Amino acid sequence: MGRWAPPIALGVIVAAFLGPFAWVLLASVQPGANLAAEPTWEFSLTNFEAVLTWETTVLPLINSVIISGGTAALTVIVSALAAYPLSRYRLRYKRHFMLTLLFSTGLPVVAILVPVYSMFFRLNLYGSVPAMIVFLSASSLPFAIWLMKNFMDGVPISLEEAAWVDGAGWVQSLTRVVAPLMAPGIAVVGIFVFVGQWGNFFAPLILLDAPEKQPAAMTIFTFFTQYGQVAYGELAAFSIIYTTPAVILYVAVNRYLAGSFNLGGAVKG
Amino acid sequence: MRRWLLPLGPALVLLGLFMVGPILWSVYIAFTNETLTGSASVDSQFIGTANFVRMFGDENFLNSFLLTFVFVIGSAVIGQNTLGLIIALLQRGRSRTTRGVVNGVVIGAWVMPEVVAALCWFSFLSEDGTLNTVLGLEQEWLYTAPMLAVVLANVWRGTAFSMLVYSAALSEVPRDLTEAAAVDGAGARQRLVHVTLPLIRRSILANLMLITLQTLASFGLIYTLTGGGPGNASQTTPLYMYEQAFKYFEIGYGSAIALVLLVIGALFSLVYLRLIRVEE
Repeated sequence: MGRWAPPIALGVIVAAFLGPFAWVLLASVQPGANLAAEPTWEFSLTNFEAVLTWETTVLPLINSVIISGGTAALTVIVSALAAYPLSRYRLRYKRHFMLTLLFSTGLPVVAILVPVYSMFFRLNLYGSVPAMIVFLSASSLPFAIWLMKNFMDGVPISLEEAAWVDGAGWVQSLTRVVAPLMAPGIAVVGIFVFVGQWGNFFAPLILLDAPEKQPAAMTIFTFFTQYGQVAYGELAAFSIIYTTPAVILYVAVNRYLAGSFNLGGAVKG
Repeated sequence: MRRWLLPLGPALVLLGLFMVGPILWSVYIAFTNETLTGSASVDSQFIGTANFVRMFGDENFLNSFLLTFVFVIGSAVIGQNTLGLIIALLQRGRSRTTRGVVNGVVIGAWVMPEVVAALCWFSFLSEDGTLNTVLGLEQEWLYTAPMLAVVLANVWRGTAFSMLVYSAALSEVPRDLTEAAAVDGAGARQRLVHVTLPLIRRSILANLMLITLQTLASFGLIYTLTGGGPGNASQTTPLYMYEQAFKYFEIGYGSAIALVLLVIGALFSLVYLRLIRVEE
């Protein structure tokens, strides 16, 4: 293998990965772009202007923020509470519980949604956004508790002892001492859940009925099946607006998540 | 009252009602003829193992099972796993800029929502799309080779995960081991096969389990890209489950299929737990 082989191979890989992005990026700034990749020298932001209406983009994005944000907020609160005894107390079944959580992160949520739909239908919760948020939070909890406990283990217990001497209970200890010290960890868990739900397509497809409740993932799909061939430029512009928050948030937490890709070393439980 | 009960309570209630509950519920309805239309929607009846008997004689289910197998092996085990390892190996010793560009492009495909990823591939593979223009072909890829299309799209989308896992694993391989092998006259290929790969085998196995689990349950990408078609040529099991449960409203049969997916997922998840070391 020559000296130039690795850089050339990387160049080919980068080019191959760029291929599928290319026309979406270009089409978004080409007025009148359709599915055929025929670039012109005409550039404008008319596609972005065209889709920035209440029904097409604004409302679906608000719905996405409500669903992802609600799920992230609920998951953060519940997982922070749960992580406290798991991190601070000696519990008999702690190891079993943590292993069960890790096990359930592997279960296919797609398959769980069939019985969830049947349950929601019987309990009259079908089409309810809050009910869907509660379900999505439950499905995010195993990994969130796991992450949260690891961040909490990093806060020295000695810092809490002063608060205990002053007569603080676990609630004060958690909210006044531990939570402020692990604020970056809490942010990472919140953003991680938010980004995960931002792209969720299957849950709203199954659990929501009315178009006005649908998040951007679903409206892009609907737009695509209806006008994808003719208004591809607009669809591309909408996709870019929708993708941007996920990319920005990923970049923000990227550094903190790096450790979780180390599968060869021991996992701290 | 136990002191752990209050803080752990909300999590236990949520997990009990919305994770354990539905799984138990699916075990029950998988043995009934529950539908959303017709008389069985009012009072569904216990029909024993009829759904499972039907499943294993159902050509469309068996077709979906085979396609899921092809999809998992092709896009995850072979595609993402190998390509992720190759990119991680090639990136060693490259400049910060080179790694930044490669990571940016590969991770970009992974971070975007799956609907958008499908959109990228729909136009890329369309008749006048980028791929045909570059290769000078006139293929309708999504009709002539739908499985190849979804496999490639999923390799593109998911390689970042394996790449990140292998970058982390390779950074832990001690340099003196590979250098000692080089001194002993081992070539690049021998160093890789006899030194590096055995050292990261745990990461390889754990990664294979995780990407298999993710790919097994993949829905949005295939659904948006081909809809399982043409016909059922790319209808993997999650898509077939969706069609039975939500297009034909056969919730009982759909749950039986969901249960099969859950059991397969649980098996892989157990293997994964055995592979990693969990410390207190």
